[in-house]
Amino acid sequence: MKTRKLYIGGAFKRSESEHSYPVTDKKQEPLAHLCRSSRKDLRNAVEAARKAFGGWSARSAYNRGQILYRMAEMLEGRREPFIHELEQISLTRQQAEAETDAAIDRLVHYAGWTDKYPTLFSSVNPVAAPYFNFSIPEPCGVAGIISPEDQALIAPVSLMAPVIAGGNTCVLLTSEQMGSVACTLAEVLHSSDLPGGVVNILTGIRSELVPHLVRHLDVNVLILAADDSDMKKEIQENAHLNVKRVHIYEQKDWNKETTQSPYRIMDAQEIKTTWHPVGY
Amino acid sequence: MSENHTSEKNNRDSARLPFRAGWSYDPAPESAASIKLDKRYQLFINGKFVPPAGKKWFKVWNPATEQVLAEVAKGDETDVDRAVDAARKTYRQVWSQIPGKERGKYLFRIARLLQERAREFAILESMDTGKPIRESRDIDIPLVIAHFFYYAGWADKLDYAFPGVKPRPLGVAGQIIPWNFPLLMAAWKIAPALAAGNTVVIKPASSTPLTLLKLGELFSDAGLPPGTVNILTGPGEMGMALVRHPGVDKIAFTGSTEIGKLIQQNAATTGKKYTLELGGKAANIVFDDAPADQAVEGIVNGIFFNQGHVCCAGSRLLVQEGISGELVRKLKDRLETLIVGDPLDKNTDIGAINSGPQLEKILGFLSESDEQGFRIYQPDCELPEKGHWCPPTLVEGVSQSHRIVQEEIFGPVLTIQTFRTPDEAVALANNTPYGLSGGVWTDKGSKIFKVSSRIRAGVIWANTFNKFDPTSPFGGYKESGMGREGGMHGLSPYLEVSE
Amino acid sequence: MNSKKTGLQPELPPFVPIDQVGVEERAARFRTRSIKAESKVHALRLALQMVDLTTLEGMDTPGKVRQLCHKALYPHGIDPEVPKVAAICVYPNRVRLARQILEGSGIRVASVATSFPSGMGQPNARIDEVRHAVEEGAEEIDMVISRWAFLSGEYRLVQDEIASVKEACGPSHLKVILETGELGTYDNIRRASDIAMDAGADFIKTSTGKVSPAATLPVTVVMLEAIRDFYFKTGRPVGMKPAGGIRDAKTALHYLVAVKETLGGDWLTPDRFRFGASSLANDLIMQLMKQKSGSYQSADYFSMG
Repeated sequence: MKTRKLYIGGAFKRSESEHSYPVTDKKQEPLAHLCRSSRKDLRNAVEAARKAFGGWSARSAYNRGQILYRMAEMLEGRREPFIHELEQISLTRQQAEAETDAAIDRLVHYAGWTDKYPTLFSSVNPVAAPYFNFSIPEPCGVAGIISPEDQALIAPVSLMAPVIAGGNTCVLLTSEQMGSVACTLAEVLHSSDLPGGVVNILTGIRSELVPHLVRHLDVNVLILAADDSDMKKEIQENAHLNVKRVHIYEQKDWNKETTQSPYRIMDAQEIKTTWHPVGY
Repeated sequence: MSENHTSEKNNRDSARLPFRAGWSYDPAPESAASIKLDKRYQLFINGKFVPPAGKKWFKVWNPATEQVLAEVAKGDETDVDRAVDAARKTYRQVWSQIPGKERGKYLFRIARLLQERAREFAILESMDTGKPIRESRDIDIPLVIAHFFYYAGWADKLDYAFPGVKPRPLGVAGQIIPWNFPLLMAAWKIAPALAAGNTVVIKPASSTPLTLLKLGELFSDAGLPPGTVNILTGPGEMGMALVRHPGVDKIAFTGSTEIGKLIQQNAATTGKKYTLELGGKAANIVFDDAPADQAVEGIVNGIFFNQGHVCCAGSRLLVQEGISGELVRKLKDRLETLIVGDPLDKNTDIGAINSGPQLEKILGFLSESDEQGFRIYQPDCELPEKGHWCPPTLVEGVSQSHRIVQEEIFGPVLTIQTFRTPDEAVALANNTPYGLSGGVWTDKGSKIFKVSSRIRAGVIWANTFNKFDPTSPFGGYKESGMGREGGMHGLSPYLEVSE
Repeated sequence: MNSKKTGLQPELPPFVPIDQVGVEERAARFRTRSIKAESKVHALRLALQMVDLTTLEGMDTPGKVRQLCHKALYPHGIDPEVPKVAAICVYPNRVRLARQILEGSGIRVASVATSFPSGMGQPNARIDEVRHAVEEGAEEIDMVISRWAFLSGEYRLVQDEIASVKEACGPSHLKVILETGELGTYDNIRRASDIAMDAGADFIKTSTGKVSPAATLPVTVVMLEAIRDFYFKTGRPVGMKPAGGIRDAKTALHYLVAVKETLGGDWLTPDRFRFGASSLANDLIMQLMKQKSGSYQSADYFSMG
């Protein structure tokens, strides 16, 4: 039985702790081993995300859109294996098909937003003095994303896509038991021209990782989509250490199209206002 | 030859013009005779001034004269309860039932009444804070009025700002504001909150509550329904009680990053929304092709505006090596013409430091010069005997690792560093946990766009500094806070949307 | 390598950018200075001593010039404490008359020259006019630059022209009129100032008074800053003369504030700062009388220029 690897800085790696844990399929048969990420793996993932941020955020919106679309294409190319894996882990064939198709559509949706959301959320501000003044969104930086325990494909895709569409990089903590799907997703990302380090995927025991993620001073945004009161408390009590932006998404069905929105992109954006005199 | 050339240049850069010689200006004080202050100010709850539950009071001083201006109520948790109850009840029964266009009319009326009493508010603001009357008269109060006027117009147009997502008010907004721009920060907070349909409980800083209390009187004159805005004066613990109060839906705070973090923690753990405007340590980058004399003016406005008690102050000057000698010489010349003294004098450029402890904090930074080997330059200006004063100060011979370069001073102190390339300037500018503002000076448009997009900060002033406008969103990246005030973006902290 | 030292063609001064909004805000800040009490009296007297009382009309008869000279000699008529103006400024053909009347008074005679106000005359004729004015007794020459040349980028021509006029002036002081109202931008005003000073101007002057806008405070600020930079570069102090459009005492005091805060006390003297104006002098005198008597004044009590 193989051990699924972590995806850090564009490379597939074992946990530096060399620990792993077994996970099972829906019939409780052994399915795979997942790496039990250590806090050092987390540190390396955040470092990789930070390193990738400058380049990724400087890419043109058009280019980011193309890469997200490429991700959708690659996911579609592996539609059958994903359906199979989802079916094996928890879903019916029909559910698995629906979730895979929703994930493909989700990537297509956000691929189309990259060069449009700035238009919607920017403004030219008519100040009462001879200055040209405008406000535009810019990515916050490095985001930490905590995926829910279920919806092993659509949730990580729905959470990560708006974050990277907006030029951020991220570290994604997968579902503890169903993390293998995200590991397979990493292979899709790897073959999609997505620069290494833009998305980093960690499996493991999340109660061990979340405290370090919340306290990490180089993480700018934290998105919690797991319904877990301990994690929530941990985040509420510690996010202030570097004035982290926190977004807690209550339990929802990420398969639904109503969960996609440019406001999700804005959750990891800052507004920058620039002034310049107008004169000869 | 080249050494000779350098020393010739150094001589030029150290020459001085006699700015204090000859003609000088006589005092031109604004009269404070029109300011009628009560001996004591109570809490403003549910449209009435009421005594604090604890029956305790504290004194408010004029930092320029060290005279007591008035006594102000020392509120406590019980008063927070009363104020929040009033705000809740008013929200439920009155304010949320009023259509947007009617809310807007109240705000328009407040703006008008403020216009009529602008000079009175300006004088009192200067007495309470120590800021020069030129600034309170020409900047603070006009901006206060403009803010109410601006957000008044939004009240019935929220659906256009957030199309298709049904914007709704949050309920009761708890607001805590600092002492550097007391009335302006109150306007920044109250105007969008009311326009969006929330009611307010606001706490001014203990050292500067007077103009806000006067604004409370004006709210009554404007017919604002009782309980829509409640004003609580009191210590920090009272503020924290407001932050933790279960009847408050949202906290808006402007102040230090240190307190801001505590507020984030307390607001988060009690399940509230929050926005924060915190500290800064902005770099003001001057390239060798910049319009030098206007840059000097921008540097001066950047750091000496409001005695440097400005979160977005351009407190770190980064100047390209080739022009540093000449630019610093020009800056030193300019310092000679800055007038420090009586805040009510119309010619005063730099007023009083807001409090004794703040002055001590500033002097604490400067006292490290011998030990840490940096140089302090101050013009030879006369300071009044009474009150708290700090002349405009330049700090030379510092590097990125000096504490005075890293930490927010909140005073009229500018550190000067040089750089060689744009990349180096950007790296120095971003080498801080803060990210509120930044300045860039160059005659080259493409350089402005590149540098301003690379500075990780919420407000970039290119070829200008410290400009504000109600239409212009303001707020920080990183540890300088979250959320925006001003403009359309300044509405969202006070609204809920369904997506 | 500095070509000046090698005797090759002289370099033009480097381009110095000016930000319009920044300089206009600086000027507005000077206007917020409140000048009261003794400092106001001092400034009014100073401003009066800096006035170049000017008449530059086709209808300048000898009688009119005589009248102007008497105004210069006896500014108030009654109160001898009212100080005298710095100079009178006339066309070349009125210089001799003015010199006769003002001889020994300390009031200098300035003459415009070089095909004032357009500067469109033949180069030789323009130089001859300067020589003529000097021979007639002009102690100061107010020349105009060739704006056509400047605006077509012929900076060296402008520079050479000023240098030639300077040579023709001999011992007389040279004021170079940039006609800032025709230069279009502050960048150009700064460049023209630098070229003029480099070519030997003793004063730089804003305007002929024949073009609107004439002197403005921001234009003056740009020129004062150019003077300051030139002083630090060369050690040579150049004077400044805003001309045209300064009609009242209050405006004049704003200019003095700008001079004080840009160049310091050393420039607050008629040797280094002048107002080119005709009606300003009377308003300064009226305000002085108001300060002295406490009563607001009426123009009926003051002799016309």
